[in-house]
Order: sequence, then structure tokens, then C-alpha cells
Amino acid sequence: MGRNVCIIGGGMSLWGVRQATARDLYQEAGKACFDDVPGLSNKDVDGLLVGSAFTERSNFQTHLAPLVAEYLGIKPKNICCRVELLCASGSSGIILAYGLIKSGLADVILVTGGEKLYTPQRWEVFYSELGTGDHDFDGAQGLGLPPPFFSMVAQKHMKEYGTTEEQLSMVSVKNRRNGARNPKAQFQKEITLEDALNAPPIVRPLKLFDCCPVTDGAAAVIIASEERAREYTDKPLVYIKGTGQASVNNASANMPSMTTWEALKIASQEAYRKAGVKPSDIDVAQTHDCFTISEIIEYEDLGFCEKGEGGLFVEEGRSDFGGDVPVNTDGGLLSCGHPFGGTGIRQAIEILRQLRGDAFKQVEGARTGLTHNLSGLTAAHTVLIYGRDV
Amino acid sequence: MGFEKFGQVSFTSQTRAAEFVDYLEKGEVRATKCNECGRVFFPPRADCSWCMSSNVEWLEIKGQGKIDSFTKVNYAPTGFEKDVPYILTLADFDGIKVFGRMNKEISEDNVKVGMAVKVAPLTLSEGKITYEFLPA
Repeated sequence: MGRNVCIIGGGMSLWGVRQATARDLYQEAGKACFDDVPGLSNKDVDGLLVGSAFTERSNFQTHLAPLVAEYLGIKPKNICCRVELLCASGSSGIILAYGLIKSGLADVILVTGGEKLYTPQRWEVFYSELGTGDHDFDGAQGLGLPPPFFSMVAQKHMKEYGTTEEQLSMVSVKNRRNGARNPKAQFQKEITLEDALNAPPIVRPLKLFDCCPVTDGAAAVIIASEERAREYTDKPLVYIKGTGQASVNNASANMPSMTTWEALKIASQEAYRKAGVKPSDIDVAQTHDCFTISEIIEYEDLGFCEKGEGGLFVEEGRSDFGGDVPVNTDGGLLSCGHPFGGTGIRQAIEILRQLRGDAFKQVEGARTGLTHNLSGLTAAHTVLIYGRDV
Repeated sequence: MGFEKFGQVSFTSQTRAAEFVDYLEKGEVRATKCNECGRVFFPPRADCSWCMSSNVEWLEIKGQGKIDSFTKVNYAPTGFEKDVPYILTLADFDGIKVFGRMNKEISEDNVKVGMAVKVAPLTLSEGKITYEFLPA
């Protein structure tokens, strides 16, 4: 059914609070991406997808894709548009590129994503956040920032399954340790369990290191048909094997459950089915650790462990190097930061490197990898599975 | 028009569900109920999202609900800075889930998961109106 589709290269700008415009960041990411595939030039790209959520308010730039095309020296002829699904805008772009290439509508697509936040005013981000849930009803009452919502999720998970604050902190200690090796991460410094447990509270029980930061940054990948991929690179090919993207509710009040993410289960089951793999086949995963509790629930609903055992999963080191499935090996959102549209692309780059065998720290022999984004107040979930085998 | 009165900060004036505010002003918090398939929606909506029927009626959310979860907000979004702290609450009224704030006079120590609450309109300054939870 259709052609095989590969991810053949990727690169990121430096992520953090940057003195740079959005176009600077896309250019930095695009250059890093082309540098990763010396056999391919910007002239070979026939499509462009740009994932960005806050571009209109914070970057004040609509019609973003043609601008990015111009700055990257790309002349797209099969697709040239922006994709938006908030925190999953980037991985949505990869799914669409996959479909376009698989069906023969395009051959080589650059998928990029990123955000420039804190402009034109710093408060703009926290104003726009209100528009990410149910703006007219919940937003009008000041309900909409992620930390209070995820604190409710954490409290419920702790109550239902006995998950502890120490286990939450262990996620950030692990991810900060991984991020310390990543030269593009916003935070490249390890923290101790004591640092995490004694950090200032944000919304009980979430503390400073339980929460990802506000980040400027961009990332880019090249998606190509297998045939074209072989023309451009001699490195091991990494295939996109399966995808899923699901939503079962928008308003957080209408979630079937706060601690079992139905849409994540649906999206991951779709991705596993299409890829012909099961959770135990995943060698390495990048999951959406916007908050430490998110990663714990993701272990469970992705099927890496039983429901309610996510806390124990991190405590026993099963999501660390040497464990069942190392998770967020590049530092995740907690270390790298979270420029919404860039995150899914950043995850894809780390999986590409892990499967290709040239990661900062390698999961030995990894052949199958997974990325997961949640978006909104868990209103949608996006899962992609990549592999060295078709 | 009319919906600009809703909430601490209003983001829209024009909605087909603007009657929601008229009911708040009469002292009632209402959801919409589909007369074809019977499904109830909150926040209210002009058409049924399940069977697409436009034959919907306004149904008052009354009686006791139970707190499903809550959290104390210390950092507010832009425009709401003066409101903090407030207690964000999700309550369940026989299957109708309502997201809102707890009455300002209730301290965090007195809020418990499973606690009985009612939902009632709250008149704000400058002609604005919203709803809030109160212990039942």
C-alpha cells in the first residue's frame, strides 16, 4: 500500500529564551537539518510544512510557510502550508508529509516547526494560553493555564494509584540528566532528587522542575520516499511505520477520565496496529513530558507498563538507559524546553539518531522508536512509530 | 449580543448560545439538552453535537453535584492576575461535568474531593456575570 517513507535528516536551532526572531530560528534549524544530510540540498525539496501554534499572536506572522520557504531557499511545488495542533503541530506536519509522500503527491518534504514566544510582550503567551482550551466559556473565567489542570491530574493519580512526589521528581532528574548531554537543550544542567523535591511550588503537588519552561526554538526534518532517500544518504534508513492521532473531548470537564487518557490509548493502538508492533517492541521513546505526571501516565497508556504502575516504572529505572524502554533520551520537554510547533520535530530527530546509531547517548541496538505528543489540556494525542525495518 | 457579559473577562459577544447569560441573570445555570437523542451538553451549544439536531432545550443544572477534583491557582493567565488565589474546581452533576471556580470565601482546607456543591450565578462588577460553586 503506497510507497515506503523515510526520515533522513534533522536539526535544531539552540532552544531557550533567545534574542532572535522566528525567521532566525527557522533558518538556524533548517541549516542544521541540511548539514545533517550532506547529499541533499534545499533545491531537492519539493514540499514544505511548518508547524506553529502561536505564530499569529506572538510572532505576528500569518502565512508563515512562504516566508520560511524563502528563508530556507526552498521552492515548494507540491505543498507549502502551516499546520497547527498546538503542542503537536510538528508531529502533525510529519504525519501529513508521510501521507503525501506515501500517496505519491510529493517526494521530499521539509517539515519544520517552532515558536518565538515572549513577543511582542511577555504577557502575550499567558493571554494566548487561554485560547488553547475552551476560550469562550473556561477562558472567560480565567481557566486555561496548564499547571493547575495537570496538578489536578497529578493529585488524582497519586490518590488512585499511590504515585508519590518522589516518583514525579525522578522523571525530572532522569530527563535533566539526559538533557545535560544535549547541546541544543534549554537546560543542560543535571539536578538532584533533593533539588527537585525542594524546588518552589508551582501548583501543588507540582514544583518548579515538574514543569517544562516557555521556550523559543525551531527544529526541522527531511521526510522522503525510500527511493529518493537512497539517493541522498548512505546512512541507515529509518522508516515511518505507523501513525495515530486522536481526540475524544476538548473541554477538560468532558474528559472521560483524568488519569487514563483515552485519546492516547486510541492513538497509540492505531500506530501500533499500522506499524505491526506492540509496546514491548519499542526500544526507545520520546514522550510528552510537559509535566512529570504526564510522562508517568504516558508509560501506562502507551502500554509500557500496567495502569497505575507508571510511578514504579520510573522508580525502578525501567524508563532510563538500560531499562525496558529509555524515555526522553535527549532530555524531553523538561530539559529541551517546549516551543510548541518544534517539539514533535525534536522528538523525531532524537528517534532518527537513536535508530541510525549516532545519538548523544546511544540505546544500543535500537531498531524501533516511538514519539508521542499531547496537545491542549490532553485534548488530543499524536503517536508516530519509526523503525529500521519497514 | 449579550454574551459579552459572561465571565471575568469576555472574549466574545456573539453566540447562538447567548441565552445562557439571560438564564444566569434570572439566577439559573443551564446546559442544553437535545430533544431528539436526549444528550446534555455543558458548556451549552446551539445544536446537538451527537445527532446534529437543532431541536435543543435549556436544562437547569440544579441540586447537588460532587467535586471531582480541585486545585488552588496561584498564577493566573493574563487579565486575571488580580483574582489569585482562586480554587479551580471540576464538579459532576449526575453526569453533567462543570468546570469553574469555588466561591472566594471558601478556603482550600475546606474543599474536599467528593464534597457536595451547588452551582449558582455570581454577579460581578460592571454588569458582568459568571457562575461559581458553593458548598451544598
